[in-house]
Amino acid sequence: MIGIVIKKEFRQIFRNPNILRMMMVMPIIQLIIIPFAADYEIKNIDLAIVNQDNSSYSQRLVQKLVAGNYFQLVEASTDYRTAQESIEKGHADLIITIPHDFEKNIIKENKATISISADAVNGVKAGLGNLYANQIIGQFNAEIREELLVMPRHNEIVNIQTFAQNRYNPHNDYHLFMVPGILALLVTMVGALISTLNIVSEKEKGTIEQINVTPLKKYQFIIGKLTPFWILGMISITIGFIISYVVFGIVSLGGYLSIYLYSGLYLLAVLGIGLLLSTFVDTQQQATLFSFFLMMNFVLLSGLYTAVESMPGWARFLSDLLPPSHFIKVIRSIFIKGSSVVDILPEFGIMAIFAVVLNGLAVMNYRKRA
Amino acid sequence: MSKEAIIKTQNLTKSFGAFTAVDKISFEAMPGEIFGFLGANGAGKTTAMKMLSGLLKPSSGTASVVGFDVFKQSEMIKKNIGYMSQKFSLYDDLTVEENIAFFGGIYGLRGDVLKLAQMELLERLQLMDQSKKLVASLPLGWKQKLSFSVAMIHKPRLVFLDEPTGGVDPITRRQFWEMIYEAAENGVTIFVTTHYMDEAEYCSRVSIMVDGKIAAMDTPRALKEQFGAKNMDEVFYTLARGAKRGE
Amino acid sequence: MKTFLAFVLKEFQHVWRDKRSLFILIAMPVMLMFIFGFALSNEVKNSNIAILCPKPDEEVLSLIEKIDQSKYFTINKMMHNPNEIENYFKQNKGKMVIVFENDFADKLQHDKLANVQLIGDATDPNTATTMIGYAQGIIADYQKSLLGETNLPYAIQVETRMLYNPQLLSAYNFVPGVMALILTLLGTMMTSVSIVKEKEFGSMELLLVSPVKPIMVIFSKALPYALLCFIDVLIILLMARYVLDMPIRGNIFLLLAMSVLFIFTTLSLGLLISNSVDQQQVAMFISLVGLMMPSLIFSGFMFPIENMPKPMQIISNIVPTKWYFEILKSVMVKGLGFSYIWKHTLILVGMTAFFTLVAVRKFKIRLS
Repeated sequence: MIGIVIKKEFRQIFRNPNILRMMMVMPIIQLIIIPFAADYEIKNIDLAIVNQDNSSYSQRLVQKLVAGNYFQLVEASTDYRTAQESIEKGHADLIITIPHDFEKNIIKENKATISISADAVNGVKAGLGNLYANQIIGQFNAEIREELLVMPRHNEIVNIQTFAQNRYNPHNDYHLFMVPGILALLVTMVGALISTLNIVSEKEKGTIEQINVTPLKKYQFIIGKLTPFWILGMISITIGFIISYVVFGIVSLGGYLSIYLYSGLYLLAVLGIGLLLSTFVDTQQQATLFSFFLMMNFVLLSGLYTAVESMPGWARFLSDLLPPSHFIKVIRSIFIKGSSVVDILPEFGIMAIFAVVLNGLAVMNYRKRA
Repeated sequence: MSKEAIIKTQNLTKSFGAFTAVDKISFEAMPGEIFGFLGANGAGKTTAMKMLSGLLKPSSGTASVVGFDVFKQSEMIKKNIGYMSQKFSLYDDLTVEENIAFFGGIYGLRGDVLKLAQMELLERLQLMDQSKKLVASLPLGWKQKLSFSVAMIHKPRLVFLDEPTGGVDPITRRQFWEMIYEAAENGVTIFVTTHYMDEAEYCSRVSIMVDGKIAAMDTPRALKEQFGAKNMDEVFYTLARGAKRGE
Repeated sequence: MKTFLAFVLKEFQHVWRDKRSLFILIAMPVMLMFIFGFALSNEVKNSNIAILCPKPDEEVLSLIEKIDQSKYFTINKMMHNPNEIENYFKQNKGKMVIVFENDFADKLQHDKLANVQLIGDATDPNTATTMIGYAQGIIADYQKSLLGETNLPYAIQVETRMLYNPQLLSAYNFVPGVMALILTLLGTMMTSVSIVKEKEFGSMELLLVSPVKPIMVIFSKALPYALLCFIDVLIILLMARYVLDMPIRGNIFLLLAMSVLFIFTTLSLGLLISNSVDQQQVAMFISLVGLMMPSLIFSGFMFPIENMPKPMQIISNIVPTKWYFEILKSVMVKGLGFSYIWKHTLILVGMTAFFTLVAVRKFKIRLS
């Protein structure tokens, strides 16, 4: 019985190459292009320097600031107003002002002040820019101090040395972080949308009424409908893995068995979301609106771009209620850290609960008999 | 063929909250009968039909359809009835053949039985050379005929037709009724709702619903005599004029 | 004209009757503003970390306590064995481990030099870098406190001013971003889907034989959504001002005018899509899956455009959302006037004209 429905679905899917193409090609193109754009490694911070002290120290500091990888000098002047204008125009992100008598103050007064103004509309960039600038100024400070102090290192100063290690991603490769996440999100979008639209379009055309008067049981109908999409979903995940490898050279450190197992489970939950949604709405237009709302939440709360850790408690809770958050977390831990099934066993349990609850609710809500 | 009633209802009622859509209707339909179900929009026709076909649970009363109880055995009812609704309901993006295979399959037809039923159907409709065409490309009249035949593919003893000839030209309507007669002659009970009063004349018996109740039920001839009317049109207007529920 | 108005009225009735859609159209921006205004932030707060300290004595404990008390970190595990680090990361228990060397306190006392290793889970490189930076800051502070009063000679102090957004609130970036994203998708989606729906159900022909010019028929369908989008703009601005406490620095009329312009851009894009496809599902796919991620990424809302490789920067120029987002930031947050955004305005006008022209052409070809 289920086989008959599956066959019919496949026929309809392949009869409509537009939708099939859309379902496969659009995500593939996006997966190839977007990671190149989604680079959050902030290096080229546009710097405007206002150097009002024409001294050798100020020259050295400017050189030091510009020499690193972080800053790109877009303007050097002696007037703060010009620099501020270039921030307003969006040409510069950060202004570093070296005041008059900078050198003189260091030597005579033991103390000088440098001011930094950052365009803080984008808080991250401002924060990191400030951090980098402080580091460089700190280094510069240490250098000149060593030069000026005649005596060698005075030993009574205690020193705690810190060594930083970026584990799993020593070169801070942003692709490694983004590619699995984007893949996860694209699969979610396509899976949920296609299953919703498919069922709603049957509602809209009235064919579902015909099905309802047949002896076909609702679970048979639903399984028959979801199976083809599950299979297509697994295929697109596979294509995604191939792209990750071929284009970005990313392989799963934790092997592929565990990620496939988890993906299979995840797709069940995603199709469940689509199914549940389709029971709420009557028209495809409503379906689109609802999915748009869901997708916005998926994209912004799932931890794809903004770390879930930095959200307030209630938002973290909300994020935990969204299956994509879990998928993104798991796919990253398996791919990048090489977590094994045992490491993430609780996550398997959580996803299983999602799959059961979402599909259960959908089946209950999908009434063949009012 | 048994002489037992195919549909048998007793005070069948459906209410949605305070609103009683169908109010204590009782009737019987016999094998081979063409049972016409008339009524203005909102009179409760569709609700009654949904209850009888197992789509909607009644609120009270009793009813048995093809020998099964509508309360407990709706799945058995579905296996043994055919249904065709006013909204054309085959899949547009499947071919004629694929639609037959799908619906036949759902009704448990397999392998050679399915093949045979399909051949028979296509031949009867003279659609042999169109079987690989998408249903979307067929003219509406053919779609309706195909739809009716598909609803009959598993040889049910009872078929529900919900305004089957809406929007169809007179010639096709005529052909359509010929198909209905043929089925009735083979002992199939036809339960049909319609807006066309001339179609009501073709029925063996007609029931007219007003405000959720059956206002009159008899053969068309007896109804015309009873109301002193020339045709069914007049009968219907006489009854429907008293309706309280509008559209 | 009268018939045109009749059409517009009919479209409004359609939209008005679909209460569920109407509800989402109004409720969505409200909820999204709440969620994103308060939830999204790039600051690290109370992030879980672990400490590996083979021999925790008083000296170390006071530093650990300092770390735990900071607003950045919460210590959720004390380790005694380096083998535990790997599992800690792999099971996603936390994002950083601070490793104290074996005789940390001894060394600090006698050698005046002790080592701490900061291991960040760089799966998310920026978060790792930021966390390591904060930890270094805390340790440096601690070190200073050990030094007591002594002031270092020849000190350079740094004074930082965060312009426009002194508290570094994420809302300043997210409000314009979410607003631009909502408008882009709603405008495009609703227009394209509602028109394609008429096509799919064959009611388009019915409209086209009416005495109104076909293109007017199409415009009348888009109009109610234009109005709804504008209502959403008002809702978002009101919420930004009164719920998120975000000052709107620029000229409010300039802001609204720009928003109207952008609404027309999205509607014309929707028109173009609807004239290119025949099925609602395809229209929806293009306007949701096809637009969402690209608008999000290429608008510069999540990822600074100047960070992108050149080809990507070029691509970003064809994304209308980018221009609107920049207008919003300039006017709303920085309080700049029209002289700063005339170029953006011109580009949006150009895009709208282009989309409309192509859509009308396609439409005419279809009719003949």
